[in-house]
Amino acid sequence: MRTLIRPAAAAAAISLIAAGCGGVEEPGTEPSTLQVFAAASLQEPFEELGEQFEAEHEGVIVELTVAGSSTLVEQIRQGAPADVFASADTENMDELTEAGLAASDPVDFTTNTLMIAVPAGNPASVEDLASLAAEDLNLVVCAPEVPCGAATEAVEEAAGLELDPVSEEQSVTDVLNKVTSGEADAGLVYVTDVAKAGDAVEGIDVPEAQQAVNTYPITTVDGAADPELGQEFVDLVTGETGQEVLAGYGFGGA
Amino acid sequence: MSSLPRWVLLPAGLGALFVVLPLVAMAARVEWRDFWSLLTSQSSLAALGLSLQTSLSSAAACVLLGVPMALLLARSEARATGLLRALVLIPLVLPPVVGGIALLYTFGRQGLLGRHLEVMGVQIAFSTTAVVLAQTFVALPFLVLSLEGALRTAGTRYEEAASSLGARPSRVLTHVTLPLVLPALLSGTVLSFARALGEFGATITFAGSLQGTTRTLPLEIYLQRESDPDAAVALSFVLMLVAIAVIALAHRRRSP
Repeated sequence: MRTLIRPAAAAAAISLIAAGCGGVEEPGTEPSTLQVFAAASLQEPFEELGEQFEAEHEGVIVELTVAGSSTLVEQIRQGAPADVFASADTENMDELTEAGLAASDPVDFTTNTLMIAVPAGNPASVEDLASLAAEDLNLVVCAPEVPCGAATEAVEEAAGLELDPVSEEQSVTDVLNKVTSGEADAGLVYVTDVAKAGDAVEGIDVPEAQQAVNTYPITTVDGAADPELGQEFVDLVTGETGQEVLAGYGFGGA
Repeated sequence: MSSLPRWVLLPAGLGALFVVLPLVAMAARVEWRDFWSLLTSQSSLAALGLSLQTSLSSAAACVLLGVPMALLLARSEARATGLLRALVLIPLVLPPVVGGIALLYTFGRQGLLGRHLEVMGVQIAFSTTAVVLAQTFVALPFLVLSLEGALRTAGTRYEEAASSLGARPSRVLTHVTLPLVLPALLSGTVLSFARALGEFGATITFAGSLQGTTRTLPLEIYLQRESDPDAAVALSFVLMLVAIAVIALAHRRRSP
C-alpha cells in the first residue's frame, strides 16, 4: 500500500529507516544507536535532523521509526527500545507519561494546522471552509478517531459548520491520496501535507483552523541505553537548527 | 495413519498450535463485561449490517458471473480457456490493495469506465456499490475454482446420456450438470461470501470509509484500534466466530 497509493493497513506497519551511517568508525569502538520514534508526519524533517546529529556525533547511528503516534506509544509500552519519542498530539504523549515511560517532562516543539487540499486546478472551485458544505462535492476528511479527525471536528465547531464528507479516512495520508488521485474534490489535511504533495494539489488556507492547532511534544523515554544522547537529540530538535528545519517543511513554531 | 512415522506428530502439532494459539490469545483479551455493549454500539451494528449486506450481494454476483465461467473452463476444449483460467486466478494471488488500485483506475472518477459513468451522472467511488465491486473482485476466484474442480470430477457421462436421449443443452445444464455439482456450488458460494466478508485492502483503497455506506466490519475494526482497542477485539472475536461457522458449513457440504 505504499509507493503507488499508500494503503492504510501498511500505515500500521513499522517502517524502520536507518538515516544513513555515521562517520568512519574507529576500529574497536562500538557504534551506539539512538532509537528515535516519531509521528509519521515528522519523517522528512527528522531524517534531515538525524543526519545532522550523526554528523555532529561520531560513532552514533540514528535509527528513525515512523508510524502513527498511537501505534508508537503502544509499541513503547510493549517494550520497543525507544530513546526519544515525538508525538503528533498531546493526547498520545499523555498516554506515555501516564504509563510512567517518559524520562523527562515533554517539551512542545512544533505545531501543525489543517488546510483545505484540492486537486490541481481546483475542479470544484472550492474557496473556503463554507464552500465545502456544497451539495455533490466529494469531501474527504480523517475519521474522528485519529488526531487529524479530532482536529477536523474542532475546526467544524469553531466555524459553526457541519460537514458532510463522503469518506472518513484512517490517516491524513489516505485523505491526501484521495485528493491527489482526483477522487475527492477537497480534503482537510495538514499544512505540511500540502507542502509535501507538491504540484499535485493546491492548498487553501482555513482561518478557523487556528482554533485547532495540533501541538507536537517530544521527550526522552525511560530505560534508554544512553539518556544523555537522547536529551541531546531533543535539544537539537527544540533548538534553533531544529526549528529552522521544521519550518522548511511547513511546520509552525511551538 | 499407522504407516506414518511417529515424529510427524510433532511438527503437525506445532503447526496446529501456531494457528490456534493466536485465536485463543485474542479470545482471552475480550472484555466480556462490556462485550455486549461494545458489540451493539451504533457504529458496530452499522458495520456488521453493511458487511452482511455487501457480502451477500457479492456472493450473489459471484454465482451469476462465476458459474458460467466455471462451466466454460471445465467443458471448453479451446486453447483460450487456459489463458482465461490464469486470468481468473489473478485476484487470488494479487494483494487486495493492488486490486483496489486497479479498480480505482477502472471505476474511479478519472478511471477508464468511471469517467464515462461520471458524465452519465453515475458515481461509483465512495458508494456501497464500490464495496460490492471490491469484494466480488477478490471473491470470484474462490467460486470459479471450487466449481470447476467439481465439474471436472463429475465428468460428462451423464450429460452425454441426457443429450443422447434428446435433451436440449439448457435442459442438460439445469437438470443434470448443476444438480450434480450442487454441493460444490454451495461450498464455493459460502467460501466467496467468507472472502467478501473479510475484504479489507481493496475496499479501503477503492471505496473509502464512511459509517453505514462503505465502512465494513474489517474497516471498523481497523479504525477502532486507534481509539478503543477493546471494541476492536470484541468485533474481531465476532468475525472469528463467523469464520469458524463458515468453515464448518463449507466443510460439511464438501464431505460426502
